[in-house]
Amino acid sequence: MAQRIDTKDLNIYYGDFLAVQDVNMTIEPKSVTALIGPSGCGKSTFLRTLNRMHEVIPGARVEGRVEMDGVDLYGPNVDPVAVRKNVGMVFQRPNPFPTMSIRDNVLAGVKLNNKRISKAEADDLVESSLHGANLWNEVKDRLDKPGSGLSGGQQQRLCIARAIAIKPQVLLMDEPCSALDPISTIAIEDLIGELKQEYTIVIVTHNMQQAARVSDRTGFFNIAGTGKPGKLIEMDDTATIFSAPAEKATEDYVSGRFG
Amino acid sequence: MSAATDHTSPGGSSETARLLSTVDTGRRRTDRAMQVLIYIAFALAMIPLGWLIFTVVAQGGDRISMDFLMQSMRNIFGGDPRGGIYHAILGTVVITALATVISVPIGILTAIYLVEYGKGWLARAVTFFVDVMTGIPSIVAGLFAFSLFALIFGPAVRIGIMGAVALSVLMIPVVVRSCEEMLKLVPNELREASYALGVPKWLTIIKVVLRTSVAGLTTGVLLAVARVIGETAPLLVTVGVTDSINANPFDGRMMTLPVFAYRQYSQGDAPCPGGDSATCVADIASQNAWGAALVLIVMVLALNLIGRLITRWFAPKLG
Repeated sequence: MAQRIDTKDLNIYYGDFLAVQDVNMTIEPKSVTALIGPSGCGKSTFLRTLNRMHEVIPGARVEGRVEMDGVDLYGPNVDPVAVRKNVGMVFQRPNPFPTMSIRDNVLAGVKLNNKRISKAEADDLVESSLHGANLWNEVKDRLDKPGSGLSGGQQQRLCIARAIAIKPQVLLMDEPCSALDPISTIAIEDLIGELKQEYTIVIVTHNMQQAARVSDRTGFFNIAGTGKPGKLIEMDDTATIFSAPAEKATEDYVSGRFG
Repeated sequence: MSAATDHTSPGGSSETARLLSTVDTGRRRTDRAMQVLIYIAFALAMIPLGWLIFTVVAQGGDRISMDFLMQSMRNIFGGDPRGGIYHAILGTVVITALATVISVPIGILTAIYLVEYGKGWLARAVTFFVDVMTGIPSIVAGLFAFSLFALIFGPAVRIGIMGAVALSVLMIPVVVRSCEEMLKLVPNELREASYALGVPKWLTIIKVVLRTSVAGLTTGVLLAVARVIGETAPLLVTVGVTDSINANPFDGRMMTLPVFAYRQYSQGDAPCPGGDSATCVADIASQNAWGAALVLIVMVLALNLIGRLITRWFAPKLG
């Protein structure tokens, strides 16, 4: 079950500092949405508001609405923990739990929540999640080895397996390939293409070729200057953004004239 | 090293060799000098430690025997070479264990508060008072525990738990400080990874933060135990002295190893008419004190070894 996300007049703050201003965006289900823009423009900040990870930082807060199928994620009856169970996240740097084996890393969402699961169910979940992350064949013989012993690209796919093991509706990826070599990057990009059959994916990337390769729609964020809030300048089909964007700033950015 | 200065190596011009060799001989000399200084400093620091261990083993080693470890000093007087330190070992173990049971939960919970929750004036106040507590002289901690219990039970009370409370006052700030540092070392990425999986904060703290740092926490706690296990003054005023075995910290005086060593040492030589014999050894009290000191050192050493093992078992593994 993938679901659509709408943000409405979203303002994101760190304390009194307005980091991102007035974002109105629609993220289509079962598609890949890429967010691009220069450093510091608020792409990652925006991404973290979609699963309420933003507020983990002291003083950080949000105004406006983020709706998943019409339900405001910041509504009074919404539990941030439940939001994060439905909106998974993969971080910039691979962060498997160093004390856990590969198997336990995949089961982390279950085990850390003290949920009971039978051995057979756990085995199935591990296998299907690792298959889902294209990692099964590489690690099936060493599931009990520590997750931190894998290569960077494998670790990142392990983190993806961990994220999809909790069966989220939406998967957020914050520059998932920026710490990886080209071969691992291709592996993850292929994976993103497969994952969008089932999940709504939002990916932040600095690599415009990557955005062009993997995404269906692209949003361009920009910032007027240091200390000014970031804004969503333009959002459209990826092909349009990279060939005939409506805004001058977008064209300058995607053609490499700045940023 | 030699390759860089080897002018005859095939294919290498002497000009390149000159560029790649150390031009700055002053830097090389400084490096040498600092190396020597550091080794000397290390040796100087090791001398007192080695000397101390040597002296304690030399003076106390002969006194150690099964009887010495398994008997109390009940009905042993003067130069009688019988008797032992079982009552003092027991007292030290019981009182230190109690102090640990009191200090570790308070210390770790405080550290968790400071690292995971605390902000604003309360956290600053807690940090400040923990720093102040670190500097409390141990006798003051002893007098505090003494007055506390004297208010409740009257002025003549001497029980083991008082000593445990006094030691806790000394131990808590050490536990807080070291555990705080250990919790701070847990990368924030792991907390975020856990939150992003829909794990609530309290479970994240228990299952990710504490689990990842358990090796460091154990080391911190054991160092705190090692810090208080040798305390003498606070135990002297709170637990008192006894020659008998008492395993109940809630009733009656208890003996502890440091207090035992102090008491024996202050007794001085026993009068032995007719010189040393099988029933009378003049310097037996001094031998007892050295023996107790040796046992205390071995206990601290054992604690450190256990800490090392726990660290190895629980440390995050690679590969």
